[in-house]
Amino acid sequence: MVRYIANKLLFMLISLFILISATFFLMKAIPGSPLTSEKQVPPAIQERLEEQLGLDKPVYQQYFKYLGDVVQGDFGISMKKINQDVSNIIGQTFSASLKLGLVAIVVAVIVGVLLGMLAALYHRKLIDNVAMVLAVLGIAVPSFVVASLLQYVFSSQLHWLPTMGFKGPMYYVLPVAALTAQPIAFIARLTRSSMLEVLHADYIKTAKAKGLSWLAILWRHVIRNGIMPVITYVGPMTANIVTGSVVIEQIFGIGGIGKQFVEAISTRDYPVIMGITIFYGILLMLARFLTDIAYMIVDPRVKVNKGKEG
Amino acid sequence: MKKSKSLLLLLTLVLAVGTLLSACGSNEKNNANGGNNATSNSGDNAANSGEAKLAADQTLRINLSAEPPTFDPAQAQDSQANTVLKLMYEGLTRMDEAGEAQPAAAEKWDIDGTKYTFHLRKDAKWSNGDPVTANDFLFAWERVLSPNTTPAPPYAYQLYYLKNAQEYNEGKITDFSQVGVKAVDDYTLEVELTGPTPYFLGLTSFYTFFPVHQSVKNDDKWAVEASKMIVNGAFTLTEWTKGQTIDVTKNENYWDKDSIKLSKITMSLVNSGATELTSYKNGELDRAGHPNGEIPTDQIPILQKELKDELHVKGTASTYYYEFNVTAKPFDNAKIRKAFAMSIDRQAIVDKVTLGGQIPAFGFIPPGIKGVSEEFRTENKDDYFTENVEEAKKLLEEGMQEAGYTKLPEITLIYNSSEAHKKIALAAADMWKKNLGVDVKTENQEWAVFLENRRSLNYQIARAAWSADYNDPMTFIDMWTSNSGNNDSGFKNEEYDKLVNEAKSLEDNAKRNENFKKAEEILIKENQVLLPVYYYTNVSVEKPYLKGIVLDFSGAIDYTRAYLEDH
Repeated sequence: MVRYIANKLLFMLISLFILISATFFLMKAIPGSPLTSEKQVPPAIQERLEEQLGLDKPVYQQYFKYLGDVVQGDFGISMKKINQDVSNIIGQTFSASLKLGLVAIVVAVIVGVLLGMLAALYHRKLIDNVAMVLAVLGIAVPSFVVASLLQYVFSSQLHWLPTMGFKGPMYYVLPVAALTAQPIAFIARLTRSSMLEVLHADYIKTAKAKGLSWLAILWRHVIRNGIMPVITYVGPMTANIVTGSVVIEQIFGIGGIGKQFVEAISTRDYPVIMGITIFYGILLMLARFLTDIAYMIVDPRVKVNKGKEG
Repeated sequence: MKKSKSLLLLLTLVLAVGTLLSACGSNEKNNANGGNNATSNSGDNAANSGEAKLAADQTLRINLSAEPPTFDPAQAQDSQANTVLKLMYEGLTRMDEAGEAQPAAAEKWDIDGTKYTFHLRKDAKWSNGDPVTANDFLFAWERVLSPNTTPAPPYAYQLYYLKNAQEYNEGKITDFSQVGVKAVDDYTLEVELTGPTPYFLGLTSFYTFFPVHQSVKNDDKWAVEASKMIVNGAFTLTEWTKGQTIDVTKNENYWDKDSIKLSKITMSLVNSGATELTSYKNGELDRAGHPNGEIPTDQIPILQKELKDELHVKGTASTYYYEFNVTAKPFDNAKIRKAFAMSIDRQAIVDKVTLGGQIPAFGFIPPGIKGVSEEFRTENKDDYFTENVEEAKKLLEEGMQEAGYTKLPEITLIYNSSEAHKKIALAAADMWKKNLGVDVKTENQEWAVFLENRRSLNYQIARAAWSADYNDPMTFIDMWTSNSGNNDSGFKNEEYDKLVNEAKSLEDNAKRNENFKKAEEILIKENQVLLPVYYYTNVSVEKPYLKGIVLDFSGAIDYTRAYLEDH
């Protein structure tokens, strides 16, 4: 176990190094710089700025300097947002994405599992059909369409909910709905199929024969076993949602990390691009790592040496 | 199987009912708007017959499409920062609607040629209660110009009008006392300029000239946190959630606080014109559109029908144009450039594509810029060329002969990615195809890539726009000189440079304007370095109860004296 974890960590470090290097050089290869602007600054000022930002040095020197700083935990200062620390920018924008994301995950899991369970329990009945049509719609319709539609109906027409911003509980409703449409659909389908499988399993029949109450069977056997595949899905989904959906954040005007990332790229804010990339990298790798561990704990059939392909 | 069919039917029904319901909703809303308009009209009447009642809650809600990168006046260089800094700081002067400089931190001033003496008001205070003195201005300007300021203030050149300022900024002299600004006493600031600058008073209302509290000297992060900012304007920064909201609250220490009626301004930071407009219609914003956001063009015709009384269109001193790379084939030939310029239908572009009441342009200096006694554009008509397809065809043929083409080389028009620019580019390409029989490819490029290509003359014809930095034709004319960093056309003309340099030292404004007129003639009539398309307008929607906003000639907005009527 310890060796397994040590191995994983080593691989994560190597991946991170490759990620940093590749991003750094690719980013420098894009035309333009943080100093590109429509109204040209006099050459003397331009040169001084380049010198101050270290942009006058050869790229490899900039790269080694950056690596050195990162190893010491220094992510630098934004080149566009004057005097703002990159770690601060990440912290502030990530907190918005995280708040929204956590709510979305909880909603997605609860609603998705409930819907899937209902569909399985009322297999081939009306509820099942409605739930599955909704699931297909949820998976097929892209989130920006859902978002615009929700905005149109609930803000523009009915005036029930605010269009944009992130100031209180009411502001969560629409973005969460838009953000969860897809995961809900996916979880519902997963739950449904695995529950159907479980419902037909022999041990359920045994439990029934033993005279256990239906609710007890449902709770102790069906749900516990039926929910397994959902756990597998929740890991990557969490990482995915928490890193911020650019589209949703843009449409609902939420100052999250996804929106910040895109903004940093279009303004060539090098330190912010690098900072967020590293942050994303660590987050995603940790999410996978934790899923692997969680899986090992929940399902002892998974052998340690099996997890290598991750 | 049958079951699923009936299910489908049910779903269709639900959807249909849903659509119907939402349609009803929209009707209701129109009625509600009708109601609003009616009340606003009566409100106007009330205003005519006497003072309209102020709304109890004086909180203004607006949206900025981008977060200002900084609240440090020395570092700012964008229009969003301009909006916010105007709320928080006050320069020596303030611009009124007519573009005239009004007393602000300076009570009055004397002008003696290139020497300006500003008398500061004695009751002006910083938000922490300290008096605003001439030394604060001196400190701020030195900070902008000092070569040791990090990062180097990009707009330092806005202060190059001061004697020796450029030399000091470039490190050629190291003694700031040689620069043309001096605090004679606490309330008298003396400024000496390098040459006659008729628009200097206007410049002192610009953010690079704003004073800064001297406590910022030892703190890099002072403009990063709301709690640390000490300002001298009508509002103080009370909340700043990065990427989300900026709130400013009335500054009780502001000398003219009695004229400030708004108690608070909340600014959301949403970069989506569609969301901004929906939000406005939903009553979450009091104003949407230029200059802080943008109304999607396809929404303008709808607004003209639905919210006619709330839609505002106002000219702004900016020009939309296509520039030619005069060093690249085939546009190294003036006749071919002229043929292209003469063969697009600007009125059609404005009426059918941009839809915002823009004015077809045949010159470079837009309306709104001061001339001698009236606007430059009123005094000098932009009749440098006309739209004439027959003439254009003839010129194209002559040009092709001169350059020895039997067939034009491949031509690509580049523009920065945006739905609006794309539509205009496609319309223009279509007109060239129809009128000249020329195929022009259009290509969109990401903003920084686009600028990089334009700057390095890696293009044939490119979209461009220019807005005024100050209210004088010079801000449009001097960008086309041979060594200007903003001249991306490859155009170099000695006579043009001479006219501009001469204008810089002329004291007689009539003579300066003559030079500008001649320069514009060389630029467009003779050489057609650019193809003017239209003069910009500001398109916005404003709630009828919102009053007192000042939108100046350049499209910059001042909310300080705005107020909300009872509604």
